[in-house]
Amino acid sequence: MTASSYPEISFERRMSTVEFRVDSDRAHITVDDTVCRDCTTRGCITACPANLFVPTAAGGILFNYEQCFECGTCYLVCNEEGAITWTYPEGGHGVVFHRS
Amino acid sequence: MSGTDFDVVVVGAGPAGSAAAIEVARAGRSVCLLERGPSPGSKNMYGGVVYGRILDTLVPAWWEQAPVERWVTRRSTMLISGDQALTVDFRNPGWGEAPHNGATAYRPEFDSWLAGVAVDAGAELVCSTTATGLIREAGQVVGVRTDRPNGDLRASVVVACDGVNSFLAKEAGMYPHDDPSNFTVGVKETIALPRHVIDERFAVRGDEGVDIEILGCTGDVPGGGFVYTNRSTVAVGLVLSLPALAAGGTRPEEILRLLKAHPAIAPLIEGGEVVEYSAHVIPEAGYDMMPELVGDGILVAGDAAAMCLAAGIWLEGVNFAIGSGALAGRTAALAARRGDASAAGLAGYRSSLESSFVLSDHRRLRDAPHLVMSDLAQRVLPAVACGVVEDVFTVTNPTPKPGMRRIVRQRLRRHGVRLRDLFREGLRALRTFG
Repeated sequence: MTASSYPEISFERRMSTVEFRVDSDRAHITVDDTVCRDCTTRGCITACPANLFVPTAAGGILFNYEQCFECGTCYLVCNEEGAITWTYPEGGHGVVFHRS
Repeated sequence: MSGTDFDVVVVGAGPAGSAAAIEVARAGRSVCLLERGPSPGSKNMYGGVVYGRILDTLVPAWWEQAPVERWVTRRSTMLISGDQALTVDFRNPGWGEAPHNGATAYRPEFDSWLAGVAVDAGAELVCSTTATGLIREAGQVVGVRTDRPNGDLRASVVVACDGVNSFLAKEAGMYPHDDPSNFTVGVKETIALPRHVIDERFAVRGDEGVDIEILGCTGDVPGGGFVYTNRSTVAVGLVLSLPALAAGGTRPEEILRLLKAHPAIAPLIEGGEVVEYSAHVIPEAGYDMMPELVGDGILVAGDAAAMCLAAGIWLEGVNFAIGSGALAGRTAALAARRGDASAAGLAGYRSSLESSFVLSDHRRLRDAPHLVMSDLAQRVLPAVACGVVEDVFTVTNPTPKPGMRRIVRQRLRRHGVRLRDLFREGLRALRTFG
């Protein structure tokens, strides 16, 4: 595909267009990264549209719940039983779309 | 049925939930419509178009009050191969006139409007409240727990319209497995441009809008793309197979970057500013992944019941949500009146879905999602189609024209397609769509 003059935005800039009402009291997703150490596929890293899963040098997974779209991709692709615990954020918190 | 707070609790104020609440309220029963977002639609995004025919009976002359961005009068299907694009472009000004066909709309606005119709009918809308689980007695669902203090809500019937991840249907044991190959993820950029620029670039006027569906634009991940116009934004997005993404495919935003840079798309959005990025999972497999729809004290509708229709040339969801939600609401109201909310008392939901477009379309098109995601549709069809058209329209003087049959044969051979495979898949497509 040919390049265009269209200026591409950085991932940080992309995510800054989204409103998140972060619940600082509770993470709605938790990752047990002792399970992730044995995972060979690590689908969450490439599939999460918000790019919230980052591999660590120690072989684990670093996860940040604050900019989550609440889409469910991560737990659907996760093939390690019990690695991802996924619930919805408390009412009124989390992602708020406006022009979707 | 003593000790209930409401006759019916509907979880999720998306199109399915609001349609259900409208029907329950109009049947004279009490209904609570729960929404976890700060307002209806704030958690929702979609790949484009609301088909409003199902609203005709629910909200007469809905087009005069619904928050519509543009009426789709131009529907294009685009096949992309490399830097080429082959487009079938259908224009129908008639769709710009009432009663219309498809509309673009922002889901936070559209869903809030439909929830407002439910409130006007008498439903009690409670936002910023997450349903955290079911209340069950002797196997019968008798309400939901919420994250509000003393937040238990007891009802004769719970209608789960809690979206594609439906934790309520899963908790009820109606949705036993989460096979990722049944799902896709949609990502979308909303790009701001002045209204007159959109009118010029897409060659539309006034309230007219465009919906472009694209095949062959997702690289190593099976899926599809779309572009559609709002009043002063353009939405560009992708639908991507979850297993392929998870298997180390190109990341969603990179595939989106390539689509936006494509020579057929870049001129449409150049200079625009991304004002929102969004993502949502889609129950792609339709009929073949549907959960049980009826349980003791519980009905499932909308995306929670995998009612989204991802059938290639037909991409619909909001209308199926409204259709299923309305039927669930009617069944729930009737069951509450009769005092029988057992699965047997609610069985009318399933049969009414069967005799409506909701399950008849889904059953007929159950093979379509698999066809669309096949290698033939994803890789071969766009490449062969673009190649054939290139050969047909490239003038090769002084060499004489090769003839259509030879062009097609050569292009098929180049992509390793045997005629009998093409014939077999063609027949399968005919059986599915015919």
